[in-house]
Amino acid sequence: MKKLLTAMILLGLLGSFTLSAQATPQQDLAEFRDYFKNRFPKTPFNDYINGVYSIDAASREQWEEIEEFPPYELSISKGEELFNKPFANGKGYADCFPNGGIGIAERYPFFDSKSGKVITLESAINTCRQSNGEEPLGWQKGAIADVSAYMHYTSRGNIINVQVPNDPAALAAYERGKNHFYAKRGQLNMACADCHVYNSGNKIRADLLSPALGHVSHFPVYRSKWGGMGTLHRRYGGCNKQVRAKPYPPQSDEYRTLEYFTSYMSNGLESNGPGARK
Amino acid sequence: MRQTARIFFTATFTLAALLGALTLASFPATAADGASSVIEKGKAVSVDRKKGNCLACHAMDDGTLPGNIGPPLIAMKARFPDKAKLRAQIWDPTVINPNSIMIPFGRNRVLSEEEIDQVVEYIYTL
Ligand code: HEC
Ligand code: HEC
Repeated sequence: MKKLLTAMILLGLLGSFTLSAQATPQQDLAEFRDYFKNRFPKTPFNDYINGVYSIDAASREQWEEIEEFPPYELSISKGEELFNKPFANGKGYADCFPNGGIGIAERYPFFDSKSGKVITLESAINTCRQSNGEEPLGWQKGAIADVSAYMHYTSRGNIINVQVPNDPAALAAYERGKNHFYAKRGQLNMACADCHVYNSGNKIRADLLSPALGHVSHFPVYRSKWGGMGTLHRRYGGCNKQVRAKPYPPQSDEYRTLEYFTSYMSNGLESNGPGARK
Repeated sequence: MRQTARIFFTATFTLAALLGALTLASFPATAADGASSVIEKGKAVSVDRKKGNCLACHAMDDGTLPGNIGPPLIAMKARFPDKAKLRAQIWDPTVINPNSIMIPFGRNRVLSEEEIDQVVEYIYTL
């Protein structure tokens, strides 16, 4: 009780913008967009899909050169091959997804009322494999990133449209993700929002901090630092570690709901995965 | 229950105040040589990426590629005539600003009490 009170008092004291606790997802979304519109008045809405390059002309040019010979191209073609290769039972990925899996990646994640879970595209890929008697793939890089990259590639240009259905369990999942996003964590005591909302556009040492709006649009991503592809949950783990917090396992409820919240906040933007980043 | 809690709080506060006074008091007494090596140690702790890493957020001294999340650390004596307040800001900035992105170096034991004293001595020269 005392803890709760302290937490409430602390929340009440926050001077800067925080999404309020009782707001609906629709209200959250409107506030979130407005915040960035005021913070970066020169950035057109759809440009947020380009991450940090949407607010940094200096590094954008270099990045655009990289995008001319995209380092994720190989991953897309490997992914296409894997996607079209039948499982041992003769079926394939196309049998597990609506529209044969083509042009549907932007519908993920969604809340599944039957299982009470947030279903991410990567989790659906592995469910598909397992229901066809195949071993699941590792979650963070390699084949899963390739299949996801291909599926996202076929969704390029489609509009992100994540729903929070009228189901208390869905709303609760959304709230858990929102809490993770705004809660301070780790020995260094920082929230995702500290870096990607309140200090987006500022420099942490030599790194410019990207706005959280549009964060999910281009995943999976090829990162020079990784020397390869990685999923969104791989990136989450990295950002948790930076603040000396123990990362959660990929596809844990914690990361699925975080993805659910941040994807909802990117509604209305174009899907443009896979992408390339530093 | 309430009573015990209050006594406990008072006790911790007094203890904290005493400890604070002791650690702060130990420096002005050191000889000139000692003082300059404390300042050097403070600088080393401040720039070390695994320790203070103050440059991640503050322009400071001759540090290269500083971040700009926090204000430049200059004129510290003028801005903090009371050295204890400066130490308190580093020990736990969330006391003044609960939403601060600055790391609670003391509260979360990112730096030891001695390292914090060294950092204070160093940035007090800026
Ligand atoms: C200490 C600061 C810090 C914190 C806290 C932090 N990040 Fe990051 N994050 C970065 C930096 C630096 C980068 C790389 C530059 C950029 O794109 O912002 C990054 C990149 C990202 C990216 C990739 C952006 C892109 O365009 O590819 C995502 C997604 C992300 N962070 C999400 C999160 C989430 C979710 C959290 C909380 C769990 C979080 N971050 C916490 C510093 C931080
Ligand atoms: C992750 C970012 C970050 C790091 C790392 C950081 N600071 Fe700060 N600092 C801030 C911010 C932001 C402020 C502005 C006040 C606030 O929000 O607490 C600040 C304020 C201060 C102030 C008060 C300045 C004034 O004039 O009011 C001092 C002194 C200070 N920091 C010292 C340090 C020292 C010393 C270190 C390293 C040991 C450090 N900071 C590391 C972000 C940071």
